[in-house]
Amino acid sequence: MYGGVSEPVTMLATPIRIEYEFTAGLAQSRYLKGIAEGRFLGQRCPKCEKVYVPPRGSCPTDGVPTTDEVVLGNNGIVTTYCVVNVPFQGQSIEIPYICAQILLDGANIAFMGLIQEIPTAEIRMGMRVEAVWVDKKELGPTMASVKYFRPSGEPDAAYETFSEYL
Amino acid sequence: MAAAGGGRPVRPVAVVSFAQSKMMRREELRNDVEVLQPVIVDVFEKIGLSKDDMGFVCSGSCDYLVGAPFSFVQALDAVGAWPPMRESHVEMDGAFALYEAWTQLQEDDIDTALVFSFGRSSISELGRVLTLQLDPYYMAPLWPDPVALAALQARALIDAGTYGEADFAEVAARSRRDARNNPNAQVTGDKTAQELLGDDYVVAPLRRHALPPITDGATAIILAAGDRARDLCERPAWITGMDHRIETHALGARDLTISPTTRRAAVGAGLLPGGGEGSGTGGVSDDGVSVDVAELHAPFAPQELILRDALGLGDAVVVNPSGGALAANGVMVAGLVRIGEAASRIMDATAQTALAHATSGPCLQQNLVCALAAEPAGGRR
Repeated sequence: MYGGVSEPVTMLATPIRIEYEFTAGLAQSRYLKGIAEGRFLGQRCPKCEKVYVPPRGSCPTDGVPTTDEVVLGNNGIVTTYCVVNVPFQGQSIEIPYICAQILLDGANIAFMGLIQEIPTAEIRMGMRVEAVWVDKKELGPTMASVKYFRPSGEPDAAYETFSEYL
Repeated sequence: MAAAGGGRPVRPVAVVSFAQSKMMRREELRNDVEVLQPVIVDVFEKIGLSKDDMGFVCSGSCDYLVGAPFSFVQALDAVGAWPPMRESHVEMDGAFALYEAWTQLQEDDIDTALVFSFGRSSISELGRVLTLQLDPYYMAPLWPDPVALAALQARALIDAGTYGEADFAEVAARSRRDARNNPNAQVTGDKTAQELLGDDYVVAPLRRHALPPITDGATAIILAAGDRARDLCERPAWITGMDHRIETHALGARDLTISPTTRRAAVGAGLLPGGGEGSGTGGVSDDGVSVDVAELHAPFAPQELILRDALGLGDAVVVNPSGGALAANGVMVAGLVRIGEAASRIMDATAQTALAHATSGPCLQQNLVCALAAEPAGGRR
């Protein structure tokens, strides 16, 4: 016994909470306002001419401001995908579902999107998809405005057209 | 020839370009990367280089400040990270990133480095964020914020009979007056110390003027070695020595009225003769640092007095002509800005020699001293 202590203290709880005010920034604010109007807005690098979506105001390759705004298509290519079969806490979509990287027409970077209205077994690389938006009156500056992507019925894209974006 | 902390000869490395954002209370619309981007553009444009010319890139920032993990990776969007480059980051003020870059440049295989830092102190509760740097078992759970800790330090000075509230007010009044000539400063004014003493206490004995502002901002510096520096800049600000030292995490184990690590860092930077470990507790010491200009990173007014004494700065030394951290205190930024401002006084020929100091941690826990001169250590070579 050392001063009445017979067991070592091995753990203590020190609760910590800090609140932040998130700043989307100029570029992503433009993007989110575009989403509220039902369209995808990207930005082009003046140097390498790549179009980034969502834009971050800067080309991560060249480090220069991307000031040139580009309206992108509603359709794109599934460059790669994953079929989610595993349930997890907070899951809001019924499994199995498809999570895909989507390269919008006119963009030079793919982003992640949900694919619906197709049996999971039929998803494939190169499949053409289109964005399905919420009703016009429900549109807002949030990615929840895009319900999901679904097959557009266009012929599949050739592998060479998207191999750079995998 | 001056010696680095380890007693090695110093390869001549200089600050050749410096840029900073306008420091402000709140960046309403721009995120961190967007605040940083124009600063990076500016620091390159001043000397006609691009990131492809950089041998090394090092940044200083803090995820707790940004509220996002690996935020320094996203910050590289403002620089451009292709093709792959030599890059590093410190979770500290950019001044400490500059130390790492300077160390890299000592190795002779690179000739240039970009150093930058950014921080928006306005988006969270800064006092709580900074409390997380304290000892997590006994101190941080009590949530003593940095103002309270600086007030303890100020009280210790008063109790020691070294300085009083009027001295703190003098520091603030002079800083605000000088800041009027700094277009990037946030807090300026021409009130006298006597007038400032009418301010309310925030945490006694600290009145409003003895506290730094909350600041959003970013800054960047380019270092170059040897002939490369001379090619890029008419009057490079040569780093003749640099050192940084750290005191114990345990605040109760420190004498808060003195800054022995600042003293030791100044010795390591070659600004003071070596040997002595002590620090004067008041007045000007006989072997004080002799420079034209000193930019001291003293977020709280009493800390400038502690630093002056630790360095033994005489009245002839112009201290914080930029207004110092009392005029703008971007957390993670203000230390690197001190090096940039001190270097600028050499580059614009208002000074031949300068000292820049940066601090980190509570109550001047960590201290970096950078010695700058219009000629490299050991003269031209």
